Parts: sequence; structure tokens; C-alpha cells
Amino acid sequence: MTQPYLADFETFSSNGGGAGPDWLPPVRRAALARFAALGFPTPRNEDWHFTSVAAIAESEFHPLPVSSGDVKPEDLAPFLFGRGDWPTFVFVNGRYAPELSAADNLPLGVRVMHLARAWRDAPDVLERHLSKIATFDEHSFTALNTAFMSDGTLVHVAKDVQADAPIHILHVVDPIAARVVMHPRHLLVVDRQASARVIESYVSLGNARYFTNAVTEIALGEGAHLAHYKIQRESQRAFHVGTTEVRQPRDSKYASFSFATGAALSRTNIYTTLEGEGAEVWMNGLYMVDGEQHVDHQTRIEHAAPNCASHEVYKGILGGASHGVFNGKVFVRPIAQKTDGKQENNNLLLSDKARIDTKPQLEIFADDVKCTHGATVGKLDALSLFYMKSRGLPAEVARRLLIYAFAADVLERLEVAEVRDALEDLTLARFTRMDEGAETAESAESAGAIRV
Amino acid sequence: MLEIRNLHASVDGNAILKGIDLEVKAGEVHAVMGPNGSGKSTLAQVLAGHPAYEVTAGEVYYQGRDLLAMEPEERAQAGVFLAFQYPVEIPGVSNAYFLRSAYNELRKARGQEEVDPLDFLQVMEDRLKLVDMEDTMLNRSVNAGFSGGEKKRNEILQMAVLQPTLAILDETDSGLDIDALRVVAHGVNQLKRPDNATIVVTHYQRLLNYIVPDRVHVLAGGRIVKSGGKDLALELEAKGYDWVTGAAA
Ligand SMILES: Nc1ncnc2c1ncn2[C@@H]1O[C@H](COP(=O)(O)OP(=O)(O)O)[C@@H](O)[C@H]1O
Ligand SMILES: [Mg+2]
Repeated sequence: MTQPYLADFETFSSNGGGAGPDWLPPVRRAALARFAALGFPTPRNEDWHFTSVAAIAESEFHPLPVSSGDVKPEDLAPFLFGRGDWPTFVFVNGRYAPELSAADNLPLGVRVMHLARAWRDAPDVLERHLSKIATFDEHSFTALNTAFMSDGTLVHVAKDVQADAPIHILHVVDPIAARVVMHPRHLLVVDRQASARVIESYVSLGNARYFTNAVTEIALGEGAHLAHYKIQRESQRAFHVGTTEVRQPRDSKYASFSFATGAALSRTNIYTTLEGEGAEVWMNGLYMVDGEQHVDHQTRIEHAAPNCASHEVYKGILGGASHGVFNGKVFVRPIAQKTDGKQENNNLLLSDKARIDTKPQLEIFADDVKCTHGATVGKLDALSLFYMKSRGLPAEVARRLLIYAFAADVLERLEVAEVRDALEDLTLARFTRMDEGAETAESAESAGAIRV
Repeated sequence: MLEIRNLHASVDGNAILKGIDLEVKAGEVHAVMGPNGSGKSTLAQVLAGHPAYEVTAGEVYYQGRDLLAMEPEERAQAGVFLAFQYPVEIPGVSNAYFLRSAYNELRKARGQEEVDPLDFLQVMEDRLKLVDMEDTMLNRSVNAGFSGGEKKRNEILQMAVLQPTLAILDETDSGLDIDALRVVAHGVNQLKRPDNATIVVTHYQRLLNYIVPDRVHVLAGGRIVKSGGKDLALELEAKGYDWVTGAAA
């Protein structure tokens, strides 16, 4: 299970192991040892109760030793939000692809570079943050990523700089990348009073079976503002585990959106710690799956300072025999008085075989706080469908519009219009199959959202 | 235009309509009156094709076509329109998008070209005036958070946009103050043409002062127990429903 990774690590190390500064090899070794000790999580692990990664653990995946792939610039067009002019860093099959990347139009004070260059050009920033925010003691996938990390992006926005144009980190996997494992590692650093927008996309050009194991660390300065969108559109046969960890000092703002619609199995972890007064986080997301897909989100918001606010809305649309999991943890430490925390998870089941396990988890250790949470599971409302049809809309159009409407208010929260429009289109186009619709019309007779 | 013969319908196994016969000709306005629970909305919903109502006997012909064999959207595309007693809220879908989609589906069904959003706004301008509505409501979600009166007006707006051949108004008057009632009645009267027909379902005679019916039918216990001219409505108002429902027993 872990053995192939240990063997590959020896090859990786003896080939130069991604190079880097002196402090790095011991970190890699420690991470690998931790991964070997922890193994892959099992459903006995509370954090993985509803998601079995046996399919990952029992398959063999290997890193690509060299750049590969036959991806042309025009192949990327569908994934660029119509904005090829945004700074774009492209990775093909997990390896940095400079010939497809464009980062020459960066504003002053913004550095975006490949990790391989950052070891040389920005060693201090890396040493200060890397593996310090996303620790691996309890997270075997993060440990595994840390052992192998060599391709990734450093984004560094200097203090007071407002980097308005989104920086796009685009992972593309081509059809030949069967049985490949990738460990993308990104570090986003936004200094004091600076602001930035970063999009992290994971897309596939084919239907290969591969494994993405991504980790992104985010260090914000006081008063910094980061909008961070993660868009997961992997192949329907792929596996995706992605962890984002954030540290938020005083008055920092972090607006996260996770859009997950691909992969046979995906698990997205987004964790933030509100460490300084006045920090605020928006954690929103939309997951849409069907067939046999499995999609899991675990979010953790730790209120570790007074007067912080968190706003979380996740929506899920599940068709076919898919399985969704949402586990949203909000911890309010004793010191975190005047916390304002809102969390919501709403799910729409399009078929009787689709399933959702939703587990909002609120643990409050301070007494003067305002926290709410709720989860709903519902079906398409039969009366709404009839109403629309009675105005002449064909059943299929009515159904799609209603699905879209369910997702509309969370998509509206995306502040970058191009991304919002693209995701709205993807949402409208996602569930077009009439076979599922027929099933739905029956099961939706006794419609209405159920509160769980 | 519409011919209903011996229509029986039930919901959840309970028989509600127990043999309705009704004929509506082009150019006519029919009023269907009756006490609460007599089956008026059931009749309206069956004509629109609500899936929860099961037709257990009888037939309905619309312009010579078997209406009951048509899907709800086919009925709408063929010119049948039901103004709901309880219009449905659809958060997340704007009125403008909804109206334009419906308008274009009807045009497609008639072999006409679709209109783009800008041209559609032109179409909307005078339709909005007809029901005395602000264009700001176009950007709001369909009926979401609308007051009772706004919802009813929105139904008439949809009717004005879709220009049906057979309009069925289910208690469009209930919950409206007298000004709103006038606006709604005015809208309906403006849309009247020799080649279309209207069925006005109402509990009270009030609306019929503004929309004058050619025929009045009293529904009780799932049957039409009395039919007559427009004076029947006044007579009902004076004598109460017991007068006819008693006669039915
Ligand atoms: N969906 C339903 N389920 C069960 N009973 C219903 C349903 N709709 C209507 N009914 C019953 O059918 C009868 C007629 O209702 P309705 O057609 O709404 O009457 P009206 O519109 O004349 O007030 C009532 O007794 C009502 O309770
Ligand atoms: Mg009624």
C-alpha cells in the first residue's frame, strides 16, 4: 500500500530529489517516515469516516520522472475563462510547463515562480512558511506530498500591493497520464495590506486514471486580502486529494471557493486559523457529481482570536448513484469572544440512489459568541417543475433551470465575474441527461427540503 | 375551443371531480364559482396537467386535440395558460430570464424565431404597463418574496407575455384590494380577443363586476350543479351557496 511510494522516494532522492536548500532533505525524510507510519487513512479514522481511500491505496501510481505530455496552447483555451492575459502558470501531468505559462505581465511587487526557481530565488520565504502551515504529523496525504514536493508555485505579493488580475495556476492532465501520481505544492504569501486573487484549476483533457495529491499553504499578512478559487474538474476516473491550509493574522480576509465536479473520488480539505482580531473568512463551495462519483469536503475554521467572523455556504448537487460528504468544523476557542460564525450546507439529490452525508460540527468554548449552522437535503421541487412546464418550458429545460437556481446564490458570491460566468455555464450544462430526469420526476413527487 | 366531458379526477385516491361537463367557445368568458373545497382548483390544475391529479374518467378536447394526452408544456405551447391560485416561488431564476425562456419556447413551438434579451425588453415594456408593474421586478427571482398582490399581478404579466388562447384564472382576485383588482381585470380585458377564451375561477362575485362572463357555472362537490348567464353570479351573491348546493343534495 505505502510500499510503492517508499520505493519511488528512493529513486526520487537519488535522482536529485527536486533539489533545494539544506533544510529540505531532512523535512522530506521526516515526512516520508510519517507517511509510512500513518499509512493511508481508513474509515476508522473519524476524519475519513464516510470516505474510503482504498481505491487509491490499492492502486499503484508513480510520479513521472520527466516532463511529458503533448498539450498545445489551444488545448488550454476552454479553461482560461476567456482571459489568456491573466498571469497563468501551467503544469502538465504534474510538471511545470514554462512554454505554456505566461507570467511576464505581473504588476510590480508580485512574484510568481516555479518552486524549482524559488528554492534559489526566494529561499527565505519558503523556509519561513513551507511545511509550517500545512503540517504533516496527522495528515498522511500532506506528509506524502511533502516528501515528494518539487513542482508548484510560489506567489508572493509584497506589502500594500493590490494585484487585481487573478493569477491562474492551471494543472492539466493529458490522456496518456495513466497511473501517474502528482504532488503539486503551492505557497501563496500575501503581505501586509496587500491583496491578490489566485485561481487553482485541476483539469483533464482525457479520461485517464491518475492521482492528484495537492497541498497549498497560504500565509497572509495583517490586513491582507486573498480571494482563492479552487476548481476541480479532474477526469471522471481520477483521484484527487487536495489540502489548503491558511493562517490569518489580524484584519486579514480570506475568501475561498471550492468548485468540485470531476474525479471518481475527491477529497478537499480547507483549513484556516483566525489568529488575529478582526480576521474574516468566507468559505464557499459547490460540488456537483453523478454516476459513481464520490466528492468529500472537509473544512475547518478555527476561531483563535476575539472579534473574528466566518461565513460558510456549501451547496451540493448529486445525481446518479453518487455520494457526497460535507464535514464542516468550526472551533471557537475560549479566547475567541464576539465570534460571528455562520455555516450552511444545502444539498440537492437528483436521484434516489444519490447519497449525502452532511456533518456540520460546531464546538464552542467561548460564551459570548453568535454562531449558527444548518444543513438541508432536498429534491427538485415537483411543483416548481410543473409551474415552469405550465409556462411552456420543456421538462429538461425546467429541470436544468431549477438545478441552476439551486446553485445560483452560492455562485453569486464569486467576486471575479469571468470565473462566476464560467462556473455558471458549467453548472447549467452539468446535468443534462434525461435518464436521470425521468427518475427524478417520480421521486420528487413528495418534494420539499428536509432539514436534518 | 374546449370541451370537457364527464371528467372525473382524484388525488391520493380521493375522488374530487365527479363528472364535469363544460363547453367553452372562442370569444367567451366563463366563470366557475363555488364554495371552498368544491374542486375549482382541481379542475384548473387538471386542465393544466398537474401530475398529482389523476384523471379517472372522462375526456377533454382542446381545439380538437386530446388535451389530457398532452404534457403540461405542450398544453402551454398550444396556448393554454393557468394563472395559479398560489403562484410558485422560484428563488434563483430571474423573472426576466423565466419570461424570456417561456416566450421563446412558445415562439419555437410556433415555428417563429427566438428573440434576444434586448428585443425582449422592448416586448416587456408595454406588457409591464398593462399590469402596472415596475421593470425592476424583472430582475427579481420569480415570485420569491413577492407580496400576495404582486404574485397575482405577475401571473397576469406572464399571461400578457404569453398571450394564451385559453386562459384559466384561478382565484386571481383573492387577496387583492380594489385597485389591484381593477388593474388585473383591466389586463385580462385588454387581452381578450374574439379567438381566445377565458375561464375565471372565483369564490366571490366581485371580480365579475369587472370581467363580465358570458356563462356562470356553480361547482359543488365536484360537479357543476347550476349554470346560467351573468345574473347567476349576482343571485349567488344574494342567496349564498347553500341555495344551489342545497339543490344539489
Ligand atoms: N393535493 C391534494 N391532496 C389532497 N387533497 C386535495 C389536494 N388538492 C385538493 N384536495 C382536496 O380536494 C378538494 C377540492 O379542492 P380544490 O380543488 O382546491 O377546491 P377549491 O379550489 O374549489 O377550493 C378539497 O377537499 C381539498 O381538500
Ligand atoms: Mg381553489
